[in-house]
Amino acid sequence: MANDKVQSVSDADFDSVIASDTPCLIDFWAPWCGPCKAIGPVVEALADEYDGRATIYKMNVDDNPATPGKFGIRAIPTLILFKSGEKVDQITGAVGKVQLTELIEKAL
Amino acid sequence: MATTHHTLIIVGGGPAGLTAGLYAARARMDHLLVEKGAEGGQVLLTDWIDNYPGFPEGISGFELAEKMTAQAKRFELNSLFGNVVSMDLSSPIKRLELESGDSLSCDALIITTGARPRGLGVPGEKELTGKGVSYCATCDAPFYRNLHVAVIGGGNTAVQEAAHLTKFADKVTLIHRRDELRATKIVQEKAFANTKIDFIWDTNVTAIEGKDGVEQLRLLNTNGEESTLQVEGIFILIGVMPNNEMLPLTDLAADQGGFIPTDCETRTAVPGVMAAGDIRSKEVRQVINAAGEGATAVLAAENYLTNLS
Repeated sequence: MANDKVQSVSDADFDSVIASDTPCLIDFWAPWCGPCKAIGPVVEALADEYDGRATIYKMNVDDNPATPGKFGIRAIPTLILFKSGEKVDQITGAVGKVQLTELIEKAL
Repeated sequence: MATTHHTLIIVGGGPAGLTAGLYAARARMDHLLVEKGAEGGQVLLTDWIDNYPGFPEGISGFELAEKMTAQAKRFELNSLFGNVVSMDLSSPIKRLELESGDSLSCDALIITTGARPRGLGVPGEKELTGKGVSYCATCDAPFYRNLHVAVIGGGNTAVQEAAHLTKFADKVTLIHRRDELRATKIVQEKAFANTKIDFIWDTNVTAIEGKDGVEQLRLLNTNGEESTLQVEGIFILIGVMPNNEMLPLTDLAADQGGFIPTDCETRTAVPGVMAAGDIRSKEVRQVINAAGEGATAVLAAENYLTNLS
């Protein structure tokens, strides 16, 4: 079931979303991508765990080509961590919860 | 932290695990399937499956995974989202530790942890993963519209996904370390007939180079000749390695590659522990085998449990 703590972000509101002082993790995905689906439950669990400390968004790369192009994304799922408008780090592939936790902790 | 006991636990939710789950649920066994992501496993990485019976037009890997999951859930599959980090199989009650800190225990265990794509282990591979280095053509092909990409490998996955990539890429160069493909004939025929695919034989990749993304590959022919190839992407499809980090490999008498040997009833060296699907030590890794072994494993588990009581 979809988790309402993971919100969608689009090309249009991307800049305002990442500008936040609260770290945000953007999950770049597409509906035809199996590993994106595989990582889905992990991302949702993290959204619950970090509720209030970090925000997690999903961006559909089919509907929003500009942002993935800007960040040179050539594979999905790619998850990029931002804080105050700056990219902190990124990770690609259907990684486990431990790796994603380590990623988010870099901005806390 | 809490420990929960079930008669049967299945670790891994790919085709083997989902089939085992289906059989266990229909048999009304007290069971639990533990999966660390979404159900489906490597099938989710497969663009199109033409050799799974019952789908005369073929089916996407994604859809097949969804159908298998839905079928098991129709019979009230009991599943848990969790990551098993270690197992103790030294006593009749098997114990599993989860990443969350909780524990599980069971009388019978079916290991269906599967496998994952193998890397080349060459310089640049790790640094450029996600920036031109990919292990999943189905996922990443659309990012290579009108570009030139290389595919490494000669098996079914490599040759089939090379053909899939031509729907997007301008040119696909398949690089294989031998002088002939290992893929099934019909898959080979399609690839040879595809004008967008060319082949480099008897050649290994020794390095992947590029600044912000893949720019070129360093190649070494088996005759010693070195060369470079300019590409924007490289898809590494050279087989699989076992997902065995959580398994007690010595107890399970793992083979040299880290896969788990079983008898033809999927029984491992440890009584009450079965292994099915890609984690099994075997030659053929197909969705159909995995599903069949999943069914066999539940029947073997039932036999074991009957003899226990």
